[in-house]
Amino acid sequence: MPMPDDYLEYPHRAYGMDQSLYGWRPATARPRIAWPGGQSVLGVIVVPIEHHMLDPSGKPFKHPGAMVTPYPDLRHYTTRDYGARVGVFRILDALKHEGLKATFPVNAVLLPRLEPLIEAILEDGHEVAAYGVDTDHIHWGGLDRETEKAWIEEAKAAFAKVGLSPRTWMSPARQQSFSTLELLAAAGFEVCLDWEADEVPLPMTTPAGPILSLPVSNELDDRTLLNDRRQTEDQWADQVVAAQAYLSGDAERFGGRMLGFTLTPYVAGQPFRIASLRRMLAGLAGASGFTAATAGEAADLFARSARG
Amino acid sequence: MRADPNLYDYWPYRDRPKIVWPGGKKLAFWIAPNIEFYEFDPPKNPSRPGWPKPSPDVVGYSQRDWGNRVGHWRLMELMDRFGLRGSISLSTALIDHHPEIIEACVARDWEFFSHGIYNTRYSYGMDEAQERAIIEDSIRSIQTATGQRIRGYLAPALTHTERTFDLLAEYDFWYTCDLFQDDQPQPLKTKGGRLVSMPYSLEVNDVITYGALAMDPWRYADVLKRHFDQLLEEGERSGTVMCIPLHAYLVSQPHRIRAFEDALAHIAGHAADVWFATAAEIAQVYREQYWDQTVADIEARGLASGGTGFGPAED
Repeated sequence: MPMPDDYLEYPHRAYGMDQSLYGWRPATARPRIAWPGGQSVLGVIVVPIEHHMLDPSGKPFKHPGAMVTPYPDLRHYTTRDYGARVGVFRILDALKHEGLKATFPVNAVLLPRLEPLIEAILEDGHEVAAYGVDTDHIHWGGLDRETEKAWIEEAKAAFAKVGLSPRTWMSPARQQSFSTLELLAAAGFEVCLDWEADEVPLPMTTPAGPILSLPVSNELDDRTLLNDRRQTEDQWADQVVAAQAYLSGDAERFGGRMLGFTLTPYVAGQPFRIASLRRMLAGLAGASGFTAATAGEAADLFARSARG
Repeated sequence: MRADPNLYDYWPYRDRPKIVWPGGKKLAFWIAPNIEFYEFDPPKNPSRPGWPKPSPDVVGYSQRDWGNRVGHWRLMELMDRFGLRGSISLSTALIDHHPEIIEACVARDWEFFSHGIYNTRYSYGMDEAQERAIIEDSIRSIQTATGQRIRGYLAPALTHTERTFDLLAEYDFWYTCDLFQDDQPQPLKTKGGRLVSMPYSLEVNDVITYGALAMDPWRYADVLKRHFDQLLEEGERSGTVMCIPLHAYLVSQPHRIRAFEDALAHIAGHAADVWFATAAEIAQVYREQYWDQTVADIEARGLASGGTGFGPAED
């Protein structure tokens, strides 16, 4: 049977994007960003704190890092849990040593259990961001709007319960529905870490108001490079440092840049990777024109730059 | 099914009370040679096939047999040269198949712990009586063959039930190697006993590094050295544990054994700071000297969530 007639109809075939969340703008046509400190590259380091439960539904797909073997898969549960109890403190120490600030998206269900970690994150001047309910609450196109709204409220309420009102949101698996950005804006979130359509902050528009997208590099994702693609920790560190160096050169010509990348605690926080992590962070911190900001700070700096 | 096992409480790595290993050492180092028997034609388990390919998986089976008839002997000689004793993760049935290996390890005063009966018989689907039978068989068979009352456990092929840890504690096991949440030992919340979660490792386990991660031998040696250096540095603050789990059918290959020797030489060169121990020795010191301080610290920091593993948490 052939495809229906409308399969060859193209209702969005026109100049620009095929959605209304943000406009088309090639890098060559971008207004220059002047970071207030005169920096060329603003780093946004993202440290995701994830709950990988023993009994995930795996719907609509398995979150990266989800259980693998039949229940009870204690092997993967404890390997992931290692991140939030051990690995993350190595990352905190390494960040502190270089004076770099980071953003820690936290699955809401973990907040009561991880109280000492949340305190340590805030004490070091980092930002705590919302990261959905948990890794088994994936926002996606097949999710009905009311359920998704309830999930966002549930996450927000959990943060409020521990005295936090995060400005920044990252979705589990960085997946969204067609309504996610609108629901996030309606819920008061100002910054989103899911999209990476540009190398600078990208203002997005929704029926409920604006939300700012800060790009986080999927191609530099530590879990992908180290676990899935099995690159060495030195190869990984070198690539992050190289990205900074390149962007720094680009910034001279085109204005301030942003470099967003992840440090996943159960991956980057392994003992044998710490020497490379330290070398990477030292390389960033020592580069002229580089500074790291939390997601909220980056949004504020971007707003100041946009005002001129 | 439970989302969380509740086998241990959250306990942040920062600001823990200090552990100092015997002799003032910073890092307790142990080696876990897995001495396993994989059956030629294992019975079917509905949750997992015995071999990735249909039985007989000739290459898989014969490579593991190579490990028993060639690889173990090569590894033992290497460890002898560094004066290192092993803590053997034993497929208990190997006692019946290859007693010469057991005798060679007993002669070296190595420790034995149970890794089930065969690595092709999984815990999935077992009822309590069946799981007790595995544990009792392990205790009895290893005691008879070696004179040792085993104190440690690593579930066959890392397969568990919700009651595994309560049973181990009930049979007066001191430690389990099944959990990977930490680089220091930690008390487990079992219904009775003092069962310690002993750091083993998947990250530096040769099955993972040579199998899943496809490392070359020198890359593996480099990872081992980096892992060791970091844990030794942190052991100054509070004693850490590093285990290298090994499988002779992988690490003892002629193209790999020299790289492993290089890593061992690096580790052995830090004798002033490292306690070279067996797992039971580490567990004993921990249970006697550090169990109570850990439980007290978790309690004092308001992190004790109550309940026991796979049981309901108390409010």
